[in-house]
Amino acid sequence: MDDLIAEFIAETTESLNVLDSELVKFERDPNEGETLKLIFRVMHTIKGTCGFLGLSRLEKVAHAGEDVLVKYRDKELTPTPQSVTIILECLDRIRGIITDIASTGSEPAGDDSQLIAKLKAAAAGKLEGAAAPAAAAPAAAKPAPTTGPVTSDEGFPVAADLLAEIEAAMAAKNKAEGKAEPEPAPAPAATPPVPVKAAPPAAATAATAPPTAKLEPKAADPAKAGGEAKAAAQSIRVNVDVLENMMNLVSEMVLTRNQLLQMVRGRADSEFKEPLQRLSRVTTDLQEGVMKTRMQPVGNAWQKLPRIIRDLSTASGKKIDLQMVGAETELDRQVLEFIADPLLHMVRNSADHGLEGPEERLAAGKPEVGVVRLMAYHQGGHIIMEITDDGRGLNTARIRQKIVEKGLASQGEVDNMPDHEVHQYIMRAGFSTAEKITNVSGRGVGMDVVRANIEKIGGTVDFRSVQGQGTAFTIKIPLTLAIVAALIVEAGDERFAIPQISVNELVSTGRGSDHKVEMVKGAPVLRLRGRLLPLVNLRQLLRLDGAGEPGADRDGFVVVTQAGNKVFGIVVDGIYDTEEIVVKPVAPILKSIPFYSGNTILGDGTVIMILDPNGVADQVVQTAAQIAADEAADKFGLRDETTSLLLFTVGDGSLKAVPLGLVSRLESFPIADLQRTEDGAALAQYRGRLIPVIAMGAAFPWKTGGGQPALVFTDQQRTMALAVDEIVDIVNENLKVEVKSTRVGIMGTAIIAGKTVDLIDTSYFMKQAYGAWFSNDPEEAQSRLRRQRRLLLVDDSAFFRNLLAPYLNVEGFEVVTAENPKRALELRDAGLMVDAIVTDIEMPEMDGFGFAEALKGDPRWGNVPMIAITSRTEEKYRNRGMSLGFKDYIGKDQHKELIRALNECLVEGVES
Amino acid sequence: MTSLPAVSGQSASGLPVLGPGAEKFLTFRVGGQLFGIPALAIQDIIGPQPIAKIPMAPSFVAGALNLRGRIVTAIDMHNALGLKPTDQAKKLNVVVRSGLELYDLLVDDVGDVLSFSMGDLEPNPVSWPEAWRTFSAGIFKLDGELLVVLNFDVLLSTHTKLIDKAA
Repeated sequence: MDDLIAEFIAETTESLNVLDSELVKFERDPNEGETLKLIFRVMHTIKGTCGFLGLSRLEKVAHAGEDVLVKYRDKELTPTPQSVTIILECLDRIRGIITDIASTGSEPAGDDSQLIAKLKAAAAGKLEGAAAPAAAAPAAAKPAPTTGPVTSDEGFPVAADLLAEIEAAMAAKNKAEGKAEPEPAPAPAATPPVPVKAAPPAAATAATAPPTAKLEPKAADPAKAGGEAKAAAQSIRVNVDVLENMMNLVSEMVLTRNQLLQMVRGRADSEFKEPLQRLSRVTTDLQEGVMKTRMQPVGNAWQKLPRIIRDLSTASGKKIDLQMVGAETELDRQVLEFIADPLLHMVRNSADHGLEGPEERLAAGKPEVGVVRLMAYHQGGHIIMEITDDGRGLNTARIRQKIVEKGLASQGEVDNMPDHEVHQYIMRAGFSTAEKITNVSGRGVGMDVVRANIEKIGGTVDFRSVQGQGTAFTIKIPLTLAIVAALIVEAGDERFAIPQISVNELVSTGRGSDHKVEMVKGAPVLRLRGRLLPLVNLRQLLRLDGAGEPGADRDGFVVVTQAGNKVFGIVVDGIYDTEEIVVKPVAPILKSIPFYSGNTILGDGTVIMILDPNGVADQVVQTAAQIAADEAADKFGLRDETTSLLLFTVGDGSLKAVPLGLVSRLESFPIADLQRTEDGAALAQYRGRLIPVIAMGAAFPWKTGGGQPALVFTDQQRTMALAVDEIVDIVNENLKVEVKSTRVGIMGTAIIAGKTVDLIDTSYFMKQAYGAWFSNDPEEAQSRLRRQRRLLLVDDSAFFRNLLAPYLNVEGFEVVTAENPKRALELRDAGLMVDAIVTDIEMPEMDGFGFAEALKGDPRWGNVPMIAITSRTEEKYRNRGMSLGFKDYIGKDQHKELIRALNECLVEGVES
Repeated sequence: MTSLPAVSGQSASGLPVLGPGAEKFLTFRVGGQLFGIPALAIQDIIGPQPIAKIPMAPSFVAGALNLRGRIVTAIDMHNALGLKPTDQAKKLNVVVRSGLELYDLLVDDVGDVLSFSMGDLEPNPVSWPEAWRTFSAGIFKLDGELLVVLNFDVLLSTHTKLIDKAA
């Protein structure tokens, strides 16, 4: 039997049983409002539901019954014993039909026209002894009795005589049955004009008819009683709160069991061992049993979908085949509630935006009917739901364009992004609301909301899309929210739980570990298998004790956590066990703290907070977004704050350093293969060609055997190696040149790790290695032109720096950024040479004009062409800028113009 | 408990059902001040408990404690009321219901349950700071001191609003 019908029967049987007792009250006092309302409600529900289920016979009966009841409820008519009888009869009929359906699965055949006619009559107030004119009844003055006889109330063609016939028939039947009412006769004393006397002619026929109609369900009753009892026994309705409470208690029990097990573990001789094992087994079974009571087929959340798809199909003219597989897969009621809406949204999205219209599909060589497929299945404690469509897929090019338009990434970055990464952007908040993208590429409305909802219950959403072939979304959600596995970690002497589902891996960053926490722009990162992983230190995040230090040099662990498509590391002090925890919501006053998804009581009774990976992830967004830009800065070894420096010695014992970013490789050349030249240098084979190996100073102690360690530098097409004595270390330092150097090849001296270190100038050695070669080379000028020009970009807006730097980079410039003129001057003092300066005008402290003035007459940067970029391009600003020596004055958004201006003034510079 | 006043005459009946106008209050002290809270709102009174800190929680939240399997948020009453802790603080826990939630009030000492006729409730002195006037439902005059009838719901919502504003 259809599940829906089974449920309907169980429900209706239940309400009819309730009515049984209520009806007695109703009979005793038909004017009692509450009872009447209850009966009306039941009747109304039956009518509505069976119309939906296609049970037309039942519907007609219930409808007629409802019509009568509504009049009573609205006090248009007053119930009389006769009408009560008819209502009861109507309910009996309903019960009879239900019983039949329960046993056979389909509606029994039968004729209800007599009953319906009687009900109609009752509704029209024309029932014998039914209508209200009893002097006391308030309805006496109501129009019902007067209009009733002539008009066809309720659209039923009731002629006066027919009515009379029916009433007579009813009276006759009552007599024939002779049970419910003693006799209708006493009542008619006050009855309205329509007379009983008119009845006799029809009485004979009518008297025979009702019993047959009545008999059918009646006779069926005894036989079907068993079936009804079964329907009632198969399911009982239990208040959700009761189940919820039971679930909580069982959860507590599981925890206590775990605690006991832990206590007994390791004591082989314990007398508790065996009973405890039994208890443990029973507890597990009980837990499963209780869980089952909360389980519901996922199909319950799918019920609305066919209708929605149908409507959508009609509205859009698309032909859609909605396939649903695995509707019987069960999951927790609570989870089901959470996913119903996101699911609806995604299916609608797939059908609405994913699928093409029939013409477009045919043109693309696809079948006319588009398929939206919904699939659910279990997989390792999770339920997986897939929503697949064979539509047009995501329009990757359009999304790329949109990403750039929205300033989320630069053109260069976007071009290098693999498709799946591009697709991830549709899950972004700002992105999804964009009207255009939904029209063009199909997806995006509220996908961020969908994701947020699913993540809220510890689920994940993933998707892949192939343009022209369709999109597949995969939702992974836990079976239940009540108990989750969690990793217990410690930070600043406090313990926290991190849901296991979000934890990808654990990395130790302690002493002796391969992994080190590095600092990029003051933000900690972890280099993990070649990728930079943004980190968030839990002690700092939650402002726990000892939060002052960044924790780079402490023993610790990184919990690699995934929240949606964001992967980041949480730095913790220690890691305990994994534990099954019962998630309890946090108190309302703590809801404003974004870092907790709940709290729980551990086996030992302590209360701990459960971290919400999504809340924590929001704290690292900034860092994650900056990492790419920082890595670019890394390349030039000129990061704003800390720099990775390679420390080495060149024989004289003093430490030398070079930014690690400049070193393309650490190499050891076999001495035997080194070809020494007269000027103290050498040539070595490197990747199939000869490169110069330069030594620092004439006294450099070349190795006599084995390998000669060297640092390989590459600048555009040129590669050279710098021979070193020994590579000492790699350190992260706040690079600050203390003393400028006059020595060749040395940029300056800095204090690094407490020692005085010379910072070498790689460009000097590059010149040394290639200078001679170029001097007479006609190609040299060309080559110099092509040589990467170094720009200094000064802008106080990090956004613009991040936007413009990669852009200029792609255009072939090496870009050094500074967040203000002061910083730029520091770079100058540190010995930085640049070919051009691009600066913002409006900046706090020192503005662009001030900066230009400061550079006027400067021996090093005084002649460097300067270009102003600003949002204020009005003539007077322009003139002031030009008078201060700016080569050009360009709007901030005019990138092409900027490139043109740069090329212009750089060529000038070369020629002059 | 000795420091607290004796039960006033009206509570003599001792019946759980109170007549109209009479209500029972649990008395407790915070920073030397005597407070009363309707006895019907009290869930539990327990001795000092281990309280787990909740990092980043507002300062008036002392932490959370495990009350027979239920997690209850502990309120640092000194902080919430702006009173200085006294030396004799015993750190007792008064667990109260507020809506569907339970909250644990960390108080210095717990006294008797007193019964008052609501007719004797006097309005808050106008000289009080505004914050006090909002969360005090009024005062009862006892021998030599005042009992402040604490409206905990208001106290809580006042603080919650402050957090929301800050957020």
